[in-house]
Amino acid sequence: MNKNIRILIAKPGLDGHDRGAKYVARALKDAGYEVIYTGIRQTPEAIVKTAIQEDVDFVGLSLLSGAHNELFPRIVNLLREKGAGDIIVFGGGVIPESDIPSLKEKGIRAIFTPGTPIKDITDFIETVK
Amino acid sequence: MQELARRVIKGDIRGIAKAISLVEDGVETVKKEALIDSLYPHCGHAIIWGITGPPGAGKSSLLDRLIEQLRQDKQKVAVIAVDPSSPFTGGAILGDRLRMQKHAVDDAVFIRSMASRGHLGGVAGATGDAIKIFDAAGYDHIIIETIGVGQTEIEVMELSDIVLLVLVPGLGDEIQALKAGVMEIGDIFIINKKDHDGADRLRTEVEYVLSLKNGAENTTEHPITMTSATLNEGIAEAYSIIQSYYTTILKNGNLAKKRKNRIENELKHIALSKIKESVDKFLNIDDRLDSWVEDVFQKKVSPYKLLNKKINKFLQEIDWK
Ligand SMILES: Nc1nc2c(ncn2[C@@H]2O[C@H](COP(=O)(O)OP(=O)(O)O)[C@@H](O)[C@H]2O)c(=O)[nH]1
Ligand SMILES: [Mg+2]
Repeated sequence: MNKNIRILIAKPGLDGHDRGAKYVARALKDAGYEVIYTGIRQTPEAIVKTAIQEDVDFVGLSLLSGAHNELFPRIVNLLREKGAGDIIVFGGGVIPESDIPSLKEKGIRAIFTPGTPIKDITDFIETVK
Repeated sequence: MQELARRVIKGDIRGIAKAISLVEDGVETVKKEALIDSLYPHCGHAIIWGITGPPGAGKSSLLDRLIEQLRQDKQKVAVIAVDPSSPFTGGAILGDRLRMQKHAVDDAVFIRSMASRGHLGGVAGATGDAIKIFDAAGYDHIIIETIGVGQTEIEVMELSDIVLLVLVPGLGDEIQALKAGVMEIGDIFIINKKDHDGADRLRTEVEYVLSLKNGAENTTEHPITMTSATLNEGIAEAYSIIQSYYTTILKNGNLAKKRKNRIENELKHIALSKIKESVDKFLNIDDRLDSWVEDVFQKKVSPYKLLNKKINKFLQEIDWK
């Protein structure tokens, strides 16, 4: 037995398209991780409480609605407030290249835009875990 | 006492979550055992429920509704939802909490998903220890949702005070499944998806099978109730049936019997795994296996002869009193 990596895949915001999130969840499962999937339209509070209860190592946020600049940093900050700033947050979805530097500055460790090979995500997980 | 145990007893959410990971990962054995030992005096207050039944029967959806009922009664609830790990990659999708997610922001509800990590029996190997953590942390009800694959799910019986068996119409060959030993697992039978065709017929079948089982020696009543989790129907009835079932087993002594039986199983399990561990260490099985295989293959020695000799030597050296 050893420490298994646990990842929460969550969809904040109002858009109802979770095909991408589900695809990533399944791919991460196939890569050997334990993936918790909570469905669409999750509030930052719900995501943060879930991440803490599930004691995940990573939170992957998927968002297509364009609210990433508010919601992603909000979640990072809430995690920090709750003493869970060690949980690593990454994001995915339709995110303009120009938004990425400021998101990273605000504590989102990586952004994966549509079409990113899964291997990039698993490499990231293995490097920073 | 460890800092972690103190945090659990205080009900600190992150502490509880970390404690569960500790028992789940099972790497730091000494720390894990010390944790459980310091929590044990604080256990025994919670009512432990199991919910089992085939995948897709509506276990998680029903739990979502039952949590609503428990919350109306101001009860603190913990859920342990088990899903299978892939035997090939070890990965898992833990999707049960999706259906209960509206309780995520309620501080009196703690939902924890667990992958089976190769453990058989419908639950995870660490489920029993996780129950103790929630119990010591002050949750009034701890509910285990099993993987849901049938007869092999007996372990949930050993862990729970009350087992809800969820059945649904339309899975085909229901009666076969009912005969094959699944029925013994349930204390209370919930026929979910009563909005679907065939629910009444299934109820009749379940009643029939139970009447066969309730022969001379079996005097326990097994209530049957019907629900629709999605339409939110029959939930209050199911809840009150569960409550009165609990009162019954509390009064007639069956609860205490079950709990003693649980301790008995647990002690046996700990004893056996510790013995196995020491035998493994003493005989150094992994390292020697290759040469043993060679000897047996070459017919230099027969399997029983080889191992009886080794094991007798081990038994002579331990002081087993
Ligand atoms: N029609 C109907 N569908 C239900 C009912 N309860 C659950 N479902 C649906 O059945 C599917 C499986 O439910 P879930 O709770 O995940 O089942 P589990 O695998 O046993 O936990 C979901 O799509 C639910 O919406 C019910 O009472 N009636
Ligand atoms: Mg389920």
